[in-house]
Amino acid sequence: MSKLATMRDAVAELVRDGDTVAIEGFTHLICFAAGHEIIRQRRRDLTLARMTPDVIYDQMIGAGVAKKLIFSWLGNPGVGHLHSVRRRVERQDPAPLELEEYSHFGMVCRYAAGAANLPFFPIRSYFESDIPSANPNIVPIRSPYDGTEVYAVPPLRPDVTIVHAQRATEDGDAQIWGLLGCQKEAAFAAERVIVVCEEVVPEEVVRRDPNRTVIPGIVVDAVVQEPFGCHPSYAQGYYDRDNAFYLEWEDISKDPEVLDSWLDEWVYDLESHAEYVEKMGADRWEGLKPGERLSGQVNYGDYS
Amino acid sequence: MSENGYSKNEIMIAASARMLAGERNCFVGVGLPNIVCNLAQRTSAPDLQLVYESGVFGARPARLPLSIGDPTLVSGSTAVTSMFELFAFYLQAGLIDAAFLGGAQIDRFGNLNTTVIGDYASPKVRLPGSGGACEIAIHARKVLVIMRQAQRSFVEKLHFRTSPGHSGDPEHDRSRGWFGSGPTSVVTDLGTYGFDDASGEMTLLTLHPGVTLEQVRENMGWGPKLSAELGETRPPTDDELRLIREELDPQGVYTS
Repeated sequence: MSKLATMRDAVAELVRDGDTVAIEGFTHLICFAAGHEIIRQRRRDLTLARMTPDVIYDQMIGAGVAKKLIFSWLGNPGVGHLHSVRRRVERQDPAPLELEEYSHFGMVCRYAAGAANLPFFPIRSYFESDIPSANPNIVPIRSPYDGTEVYAVPPLRPDVTIVHAQRATEDGDAQIWGLLGCQKEAAFAAERVIVVCEEVVPEEVVRRDPNRTVIPGIVVDAVVQEPFGCHPSYAQGYYDRDNAFYLEWEDISKDPEVLDSWLDEWVYDLESHAEYVEKMGADRWEGLKPGERLSGQVNYGDYS
Repeated sequence: MSENGYSKNEIMIAASARMLAGERNCFVGVGLPNIVCNLAQRTSAPDLQLVYESGVFGARPARLPLSIGDPTLVSGSTAVTSMFELFAFYLQAGLIDAAFLGGAQIDRFGNLNTTVIGDYASPKVRLPGSGGACEIAIHARKVLVIMRQAQRSFVEKLHFRTSPGHSGDPEHDRSRGWFGSGPTSVVTDLGTYGFDDASGEMTLLTLHPGVTLEQVRENMGWGPKLSAELGETRPPTDDELRLIREELDPQGVYTS
């Protein structure tokens, strides 16, 4: 069954005001195109979950879509701060933002508990740290077998998870290579899932290499093809991370007026991500094109 | 650049790389730690496997990565794992020998703050938070901290303890049963420190050439404990400087 949709329709149908939304992807495969569409459709009161909110959530929070942020590392990787988020937290400017924070391992295990239908996940972390005192959801418990103390984190079950993949079938079987982040856990944990991909491929392509399927169509509600949909994040083998953009974001997000005009120019005034790609210009994409480094092939065997 | 022909960052990098001598599985961060690990791999620790919390084991970066999720870390690595596997099977299970942490604040027992300056509920500065730091401090067998030294960062009392260090009671530290015990070494722009076995307290081991004890005292919030064999940090060798400048950071992004 084809689940192909436009980004506009997928977001309109599956992302609702007040939802908990996870756009996952650790540095790699962060679907900026979906974040921009959520901004364009002016969703409100979202709880945004991500291990690393990154520039995409700084944009979304700067645009006013969120009331709360669940995270484990809040920064612009390798560059510095997320100023829209900091203004909300430090000065309640223009409104307060509720924070709920974990460590990376805690966040990953929250998704794992959500995906596996468990009431909590035990981890060896948080000992003698102030993090549990800042977040009462992180609770010390003892093993029923030998009394070992561990900390429990609660399941995270997003209303919607949005993941980007290099390729997917129109049914939503999604194949990813390169950094896997917690894409799989976040997708299985969610009530609704949007898979965005660089390429829609025939089922035969996926069947030739089933080990590479990270998310099966069975948990997917919509499939959106959006080439360059991760920019300035990246898709391994398709386009490089646009580090220059991440560096430029520092000055854009520092000044709310500059941020607003950036949002106007690159989000509100555009109809779609295809327009963003065109506006960015062929030279930009050419500069982000990686060289070729092919994997070898394996023999799955023919047993007919 | 100092009159001796190397920068502060270069002596920090060289001193840190020597501390990785003989180590194997090392959690790498971006910036200086990335250069330190790549230098160590070419000098003091030829068997060093570069591990990134983004889920990469055995990386061979072909360029200097801006982030720990750079695609160059994936291409040519020996394994790419989900983050669950990386944290659960590699870190929590005790396979990580060494790791790097930093922070806005460190105290005399190596506890680190990367969360807030000021009050948690209404912070003056909201910092990034833990990331993987809290569990790295607990599970990595050795933890190296590379930080510039200043009164505002080497503090008597942290505003928030993100990642645990030593408690001040070594018996308690041993009974915790962790693979690690927070930071084992601190390298600053002024000197290098270890942690005293008897008290768990940060102890000045060497001063960088030309640095005085007075400068050290002026740039920390407590009176530093001094090693009985307080010495001088060996300056970077010509070979180390050549590797840093020609191979690892030819544009001088992190080292000039």
